[in-house]
Amino acid sequence: MSDEMNLLEPVAAETDELTRSVLRIIAETQRKEPDQVKIDSTFEELGIDSMDGVNIVFALENEFDINVPDDEVKNIRTIRDMVEGARRLVAERIARTGEAPSA
Amino acid sequence: MRRVVVTGIGVLCACGKTREEFREALRYGRSGIGQIDPNVLGDTRFRNGGVIPGFNISDHMDPKQADMIDRFAQLAVVAAREAVAHSGIEWTPELRDTTAIITGSCVGGQSTEDQGFYDVYKTGKPRVHPMTIPKTMANAGASAISLEFGITGPVFTIATACASSAHAIGQAVSLVRSGMTDVVITGGSEAPFSYGILKAWEAMRVVSPTMCRPFSKDRTGMILGEGAAMLVIESLEHALARGATPLMEIVGIGMSSDAHHITQPSAEGAARAVRRALADAGLAPCDIQYVNAHGTGTSVNDVTETRALHQAFGDHAPRLAVSSTKAMHGHTLGAAGALETAAAILSMTSGFLPPTINYNVPDPECDLDYIPNETRTMEVECAISNSFAFGGLNAVVALRRI
Repeated sequence: MSDEMNLLEPVAAETDELTRSVLRIIAETQRKEPDQVKIDSTFEELGIDSMDGVNIVFALENEFDINVPDDEVKNIRTIRDMVEGARRLVAERIARTGEAPSA
Repeated sequence: MRRVVVTGIGVLCACGKTREEFREALRYGRSGIGQIDPNVLGDTRFRNGGVIPGFNISDHMDPKQADMIDRFAQLAVVAAREAVAHSGIEWTPELRDTTAIITGSCVGGQSTEDQGFYDVYKTGKPRVHPMTIPKTMANAGASAISLEFGITGPVFTIATACASSAHAIGQAVSLVRSGMTDVVITGGSEAPFSYGILKAWEAMRVVSPTMCRPFSKDRTGMILGEGAAMLVIESLEHALARGATPLMEIVGIGMSSDAHHITQPSAEGAARAVRRALADAGLAPCDIQYVNAHGTGTSVNDVTETRALHQAFGDHAPRLAVSSTKAMHGHTLGAAGALETAAAILSMTSGFLPPTINYNVPDPECDLDYIPNETRTMEVECAISNSFAFGGLNAVVALRRI
């Protein structure tokens, strides 16, 4: 239960598990080294275009068992948006299904 | 160089099962967009598509013939029959032997393939239907037209995604100009309403959950459509010699590749294709009055296409009348180039320009005259039809009244 609380707590640092997972997934889909992707990295720095963004969201949906609506994808501007969006959708899934977080 | 004219048109799409139904839909800005069969959609997030209403293949061919080909090829045959009848061509053994068929398709018979994959992967059946391969092949439409009329000339298919049938028309024009053949049946067909294909489009996040609103600030994406459009094109001499009435001259073809990105369009690449079409036609930018836009209704296409028209037409751009008929019939993918060339011809020869329907809110980044919502009565001499495909491949057809 304490793990779950940590997971759902918004944090600025890159220390919580969900943040690390999202950054790892972004690195994997973009074929970057893990340490190249930071929470404050810009899409420009990482060379992420809109199709890359859609590909990353696909990977996040699979990893966290979430569905990201098209409207939300259009509003993603930063890595932090991805982390916080995933955090919120995971929380919603847990609230809905009572399942333990998978990541 | 030999002049090339259109002498026959056949059309099947969401807003018209015949050429004349299509012309009337264009004239009255009538949408054919409706709900895709829920049994096909499943959990797909979008609901609407350009489905041909009340189309029953048994009205057009016997069941044995229909069973041999996927719906996209069935549509190709039905449209080709209408185009050939319209042209008034009377087949002779020599004409059958020299006539060419060049079609375009994006997904070809993937609906048939999808069913086969479902059978083996999902239901665990040990075999797929033996016709899966020949029904899936993208050239099945061209082959079916060849069989239909006994045409034994050059027959092939071009696959350049959403520019397929525009490239097909371009190739057809080249064959006639070169003297290799006098007559070509050219166009495209598409039947993309299969669960696996719809899920693939859903994953790209470019399909609207509601309506297609090209160039409108509140646009939310494209709407997929099924359909076919076939043109009979021939050399002007050949048409006149047999007493046919040319409907329109195809005066120019412009093609380019963006070499920019696999899915993101480039204004420069599109503008290059437009300029090449004008140069090929020997037309100045100010000669063009109407543009049948690619106008998919996605956020990116409509801005990029607007920029491309500014680049290619310069000071003349604000005076162009531009419309996207995709709001009415949906994006018919590989059939789009031919369907929209047909839309331009049918409108121009009836003294009107079709509107961009569903247009709500001006977008500062889409600042041209899009003929919003209301059909325009206007005599137009010269027009272009734009097709810009994923993969960055562009084809533009330039038309002049004759």
